[in-house]
Amino acid sequence: MSTNYQLKRADFIFKDENDWEEVLKNNINRPPNELINELISSELKGRGGAGFPTGLKWKISAEEVNDVKYVICNADEGEPGTFKDREILSKVPFKVLTAIAICGHVIGAKIGFIYLRGEYFFLQTELNKAINEFEYYCREINFDFSIKIFMGSGAYICGEETALFESMEGKRGEPRNKPPFPSSFGYMGKPTVINNVETLAHTYTIFKYGSKRFYDLGVQYSRGSKLFSVSGDTPKPGIYELELGMSLADFVDEFGDDDTKAVQVGGASGFLVPRKRFNETNIGFQGKLVGISLPTGGSMMLFNSSRSMFNVLDNYLNFFAEESCGQCTPCRVGCQQLLRGIKAVKRGEKNAQYLDKMLKLAETMQFTAKCGLGQSVANSFSSIVENFREEMIY
Amino acid sequence: MKPITELIKDLADLHGRDRHSLLPILQGVVEQEKYLSEYSMIEIARELDLPATEVFGTATFYSFLEYKKMGRYIIRICKTITCSMKGEKQILLAIEDMLKIKVGETTPDGSFSLLQTNCLGFCHKAPAMLINNDVYTELTPEKVREILSEYLNRKNEGGQDVN
Repeated sequence: MSTNYQLKRADFIFKDENDWEEVLKNNINRPPNELINELISSELKGRGGAGFPTGLKWKISAEEVNDVKYVICNADEGEPGTFKDREILSKVPFKVLTAIAICGHVIGAKIGFIYLRGEYFFLQTELNKAINEFEYYCREINFDFSIKIFMGSGAYICGEETALFESMEGKRGEPRNKPPFPSSFGYMGKPTVINNVETLAHTYTIFKYGSKRFYDLGVQYSRGSKLFSVSGDTPKPGIYELELGMSLADFVDEFGDDDTKAVQVGGASGFLVPRKRFNETNIGFQGKLVGISLPTGGSMMLFNSSRSMFNVLDNYLNFFAEESCGQCTPCRVGCQQLLRGIKAVKRGEKNAQYLDKMLKLAETMQFTAKCGLGQSVANSFSSIVENFREEMIY
Repeated sequence: MKPITELIKDLADLHGRDRHSLLPILQGVVEQEKYLSEYSMIEIARELDLPATEVFGTATFYSFLEYKKMGRYIIRICKTITCSMKGEKQILLAIEDMLKIKVGETTPDGSFSLLQTNCLGFCHKAPAMLINNDVYTELTPEKVREILSEYLNRKNEGGQDVN
C-alpha cells in the first residue's frame, strides 16, 4: 500500500457520454466469458460497501443452470451520509440501464429490476421515461430484455440483499440465512445478480474502455475510482469521484474545515476515525484501522470540535434501534440496550465500567447477529466509545 | 378519489394477484388514502386471497405504509445525524409552532401530519424534509414557513394537490 497518496480526482461516472446504444450493442455481441474476464481483471469490487468482487458474482450466476434468472440494481440507498446513487440515477440513468442489460446478457436473464427506495419516489417518472426509451432500443436491435422499477417503502434493512428479495416478494423485509447466496438462490428462489447502482455504473466504464483503464486507478487491492458522499462539518459537501487508496489525512486536508476532530467512514454502520489516526488510515478495501478492511460505501461524515460524540452515537443507536428488523435477538435487544446503556452512563446511573460491558455486548452482536445490520452496530459503537470515552461519561 | 374497494380491485388488475404484488398494491392505496385502514387491509387480503394477518404484518413493517389515519400532506423531517447537526430541531419547532401540532399528530382539519424519519439521503443539503413525495432541502425556519404557507394557501383556495 502506498502511504503518501494524494487525492486524485477521477471523472468517469458522471462524464456525459451519449453512447450507450453503441456500448450496449457492442457488448451484447461479445461472449459472456469474455465480459466476465474483463470484469475480473478490472478487480472491481462492490461499491455498496461490502466489496465483493463483481466479476466473480456474475460468474457464479452465469454458471448456474436455470431458465429464469434476474438482475437487480440495488437503489435502496439508506445508509446515513450516502446520496451518490440518487445522483447517478438522475444524471446518467442510461449507463446503469445498459449495465443491467449487459449483466442480463452475461448471466442469461431477461428481466432486470431497480429496487428504488421510497424516499426517492420523485425519481420514478424520469427513470421510467429512460426505461421506455431503453426498452424501445432493445426491441430495435432484437435484444429481449425488460427493466422494471420496484418501489421500497422506507425500510433501511431492505438494502440488505436478501431482505430486498423478501420485500420484492411481498413480505416483511427480513434478511434470510446465508447460504444459499443470491447468485444461486435469490429473488423468487432464482439465480440473481444484485449489484449496487454505482457498481453497475463502473461496469459501464469497464466495458467501454476496457479493464486496464479502470485497473490503473487506485492502489493494490483497491482498484478504480469511487464516489464519495461528503457531508457534515465541511465547507464543500457534495459528491466527489476519487481514486481509491487515499489517506484520510489527505482527504481531511481537502474537505475539512481546519477543525476536524473525527471522520465517520462508511456511514452509521462504518467506523469513526479520530484525528490522531487520520495519517495511518487509508480509504480502500485494505485499511489499516481494523487490519482487514475499512468499509467504503462512500459515506464520509466530518465532525469538528463543536460536536459531542455522545450525541453522534446516540443518533446512530436511535437509528439502528428503529431500523433493526427485529427478527434476531442480538440485534433487536442489543440495539435497545446499547442505547439505554449510554444514556444511563451519561446520567451517572451506571459507572464508567459499564461501557466495557457494553463493548462486550457489541462484540457479541458482531458475532451472533444474522445480517450486516446487527453485525455492524459494533463498528461505530466500539470506535466511538474507545476513542471518545470521556465524552460518553462526562 | 375512487371508492376504496374499486381502487383495490384496479390495483390488483394492474399489478396482479400474487403475493409479490402486495407491496405495489399497498403503496397504491397509501398513495390515494395516505394510510391503510383496517378495512382496506382486509379488502386487500380478500382480493389477493391472503390471510389478513399477513397483510397487516407486512404493511406494518414499512415505515412509509402508515396504518393510522394521516393528513392530506404528510411532513417527514429527517432526524438522522447530519440533519440533526444542521438545525433539524429548529425546523421542527417552526413547523410545530405554525401548525400547532406535535410530532405524530395531525391537524384537526386533516390537512397536515407531522412525522420524523430516518436519513433521506440529502445530507449534503441538510436539513431536509419530505412533504408527501416532494423533497425540500437546506431548510431554515423562514424557508419552511414559506413552504408551508404555500401549502396552506393551496388548501384554502380548495385548489389542486401538488402531487
